[in-house]
Amino acid sequence: MPDLRVNGHDYAFDTNVGRSLADVLREDLGLTGTKVACGEGHCGACTVQLDGVPVLSCITLVHTVGAREVTTIEGLRDHPLVSAFVRTDALQCGFCTPGQIVSAAALVASNPDPTHEEIRHGMAGNLCRCGTYPRIEEAIATWRG
Amino acid sequence: MVGRDSPRLDGLAKARGEARYTADVQLPGMLHTALLHSPFARSRVRRIDVAAAEAAPGVRAAIGPGAVEGLEAEAEYEGYAVAAVAAETLDQAEAALQLIDIDWEELEPLLDATVAVERGSLVADSRRYERGDYERGLGEADAVVDSEYRTQTLNHNSMETHQCVCEWRGDGIDVHISTQYIWGVRRDLAKALGLPEDKVRVVCEFMGGGFGSKAGVDSSLLLTAELARLTGRPVRCALTRRAENMISGNRNATLQRVTAGARADGTLTVLGGEYTCALGWDGWLPPTAGPTQLLYACENVRTVEHGAKLNLPPMAAFRAPGFVEGTWSLECVLDKLAAQVGVDPLELRKLNYAHADAMDGRPYSSKGLMECYRRAEPHWERRHEVRARSDEIWKRGMGMASQIWYGGGGPPSYAWVRLGSDGRANVVTAMQDIGTGTRTAMAMIAAEELGLTVDQVEVQLGDSARGPFAVVSGGSSTLPSMGPAVRSAAADAARQVIELAAQRFEREERLLSLKGGNIVSSDGGSWPLAEITGLLEDGQILGKGARGPNPTGMRVLTFGIQLAEVAVDVGTGEVVVEKVVAIHDVGRVINPLGARSQIEGGIIQALGHTFSEARLDDPQTGTILTRTLDSYKVPTIADVPEIVCDLVDEPDVHLTNLGSKGLGEPPIVPTAAAIANAIRDATGADVTSLPITREEILRALRDAEARRRKEPVAAGAA
Repeated sequence: MPDLRVNGHDYAFDTNVGRSLADVLREDLGLTGTKVACGEGHCGACTVQLDGVPVLSCITLVHTVGAREVTTIEGLRDHPLVSAFVRTDALQCGFCTPGQIVSAAALVASNPDPTHEEIRHGMAGNLCRCGTYPRIEEAIATWRG
Repeated sequence: MVGRDSPRLDGLAKARGEARYTADVQLPGMLHTALLHSPFARSRVRRIDVAAAEAAPGVRAAIGPGAVEGLEAEAEYEGYAVAAVAAETLDQAEAALQLIDIDWEELEPLLDATVAVERGSLVADSRRYERGDYERGLGEADAVVDSEYRTQTLNHNSMETHQCVCEWRGDGIDVHISTQYIWGVRRDLAKALGLPEDKVRVVCEFMGGGFGSKAGVDSSLLLTAELARLTGRPVRCALTRRAENMISGNRNATLQRVTAGARADGTLTVLGGEYTCALGWDGWLPPTAGPTQLLYACENVRTVEHGAKLNLPPMAAFRAPGFVEGTWSLECVLDKLAAQVGVDPLELRKLNYAHADAMDGRPYSSKGLMECYRRAEPHWERRHEVRARSDEIWKRGMGMASQIWYGGGGPPSYAWVRLGSDGRANVVTAMQDIGTGTRTAMAMIAAEELGLTVDQVEVQLGDSARGPFAVVSGGSSTLPSMGPAVRSAAADAARQVIELAAQRFEREERLLSLKGGNIVSSDGGSWPLAEITGLLEDGQILGKGARGPNPTGMRVLTFGIQLAEVAVDVGTGEVVVEKVVAIHDVGRVINPLGARSQIEGGIIQALGHTFSEARLDDPQTGTILTRTLDSYKVPTIADVPEIVCDLVDEPDVHLTNLGSKGLGEPPIVPTAAAIANAIRDATGADVTSLPITREEILRALRDAEARRRKEPVAAGAA
């Protein structure tokens, strides 16, 4: 039975080949902070990190994760970006927000002081239908508080 | 408190991924539903047998046409659900769909709105409106502009698709649903199921957007309730993104012919419009003529609106339905008229200002549109400088458009405020926060009335079993309808505290008030609130509040103006929106931080409407071609221009105990027209069709060039 390492914990899992990482996280592990909004890799709501790299968990087969560490929003709850998003009001309905923060965390980990253009480039894969983009940019630009 | 930036109370829960949406509801033994959608724009199920599906692995129930209302054998648009399967897993349910034995009879669809109107295929009776003498108005005009405009079909694409979980408990049902109207779902589902309303509990603590599309009971809820009844298990039904883009509602396409005439001094003498709305198979006729009827003081107005019934998915309300489409054409025509008579566009708008309601002469409860215009002046004065930055390739310009819309809310609406022995308050009402931040606004309003801080107030909403009736989150009505009820409930609780304090501290009630967490006497003396609430021990003070009526004999509306700065590449037709300035009057602003976010969000959605979004249908077959978020293009962070927000922020003294109107819809109304007017200012090109594609820009540039050659004197702005 393979293991899945998520947010620093090891989970033994036994599931059908073909299931997505998003479904296993949400349905089997109860980690529902990761949202599924399109289910086909177009919107970014399901973004998680594999060894720090943002990936779309709805189109990542769980059996392909292997030994890589999965980081979900539940593992980033104390990241300064969380309070930055709240302070700058970078969310409305909030459904895309966990994915936004997971993407943003990967961005600032590799580039702690991203420019306007770098933020727009790094975050263009995360849709927000409420249109909180100006605030998301502000949150990321001021993420250290 | 009120009027100061307040981060939203539920921000942390949402940002940490702890907020539980309908999508996150997982009940023990829950089954999953897959829907069989019609592949044709118009068809009939000749024969169907679900037995093989029902016998498939994991399947617990399968239903077909006639099982519930809305699941019929006549499939009048593509995507219409004719059968449903509930299974232990979604994969099993989807696999079982393939085993349904079905014989479709494909029928000839009606897809053209103009043809539908000619044939009398209408969802509702055509709506005609006339005031004054239209022909006389035309005769008095020194200049008349008469133009055709088109708008496209748009999908809401809320991040959380339409979904619900139904669970029968005894003789009642619990429904978790992503909805804008908890109480409406309770009422309509009870009626459909033949249950007393209190047997239906509707829960929606958090929802992933709606924008108008989630305002009631639809067939997917009814079939889920039926599958839950048949199986005795909780059942989930969640639309896939592809189904969401077909059958969850849309902003209907329009074909509009708009006429405006003015005297040489710019005074409007006539306005007219004929609007054909491609509503799809069902829906209602949105007020597309509303802006033409309401925005300007014009004596002679004639409008007619048709709602074409077609073999396409039904429309649903979408953020200021009708007014978004109608403002686009009216405000474009107005700028063309301004150019013809040689009057500045801002002056033309001021000159034709409606000082009383343009339809019936009622006074406005308040109207800060002239103040919006005044604040627009310094921005508008920059237009010469903006145009001067044009070069051979990139032409720059500015444009504006006014905004008018409803947003006053109304009764009935109710709220309770519980005050505990710890001196903390709890606002309870069965409303929902669609994402606009109304939960936080309610806490701010209660805190202000009780002399508390926002973090001393909880807000319990999203459950029909837990609080009193609350309105639909639509029509920009949540805040102006619920806010006054909350304020009145908090005032009721405050009165009870003061009554107790007057006895306890031997003061007259009229001298006492609640401020800064204290009970304060105007003749000296101040006691912590907890000294009184502490007496309650396990008891609570319950304040009850109701929304009072709107002022009689007055018109309550929202107003604004937006200005856009654009750069147009005249070689390729590329348009870059460099800046949008939004100035709106919605009465008193409760939370400026949330208000700015509403304005930005509305404008960004409008940018999608203006440039990138369009549901494309095959004109021959009626097949929906844009079902995914890579083919239906909503704006990304990279598409956002500089946005400047300004709110008049004057309380409407005639409107309720709060003086606030709604802000959810106003910002999306004028953006497209302001951008089109800026494109005309920059290039002389007259765009008439949304979305503004490069092809549309290049066509408009060619037409402008042809006009220039024909009439060199009347050259356009470029």
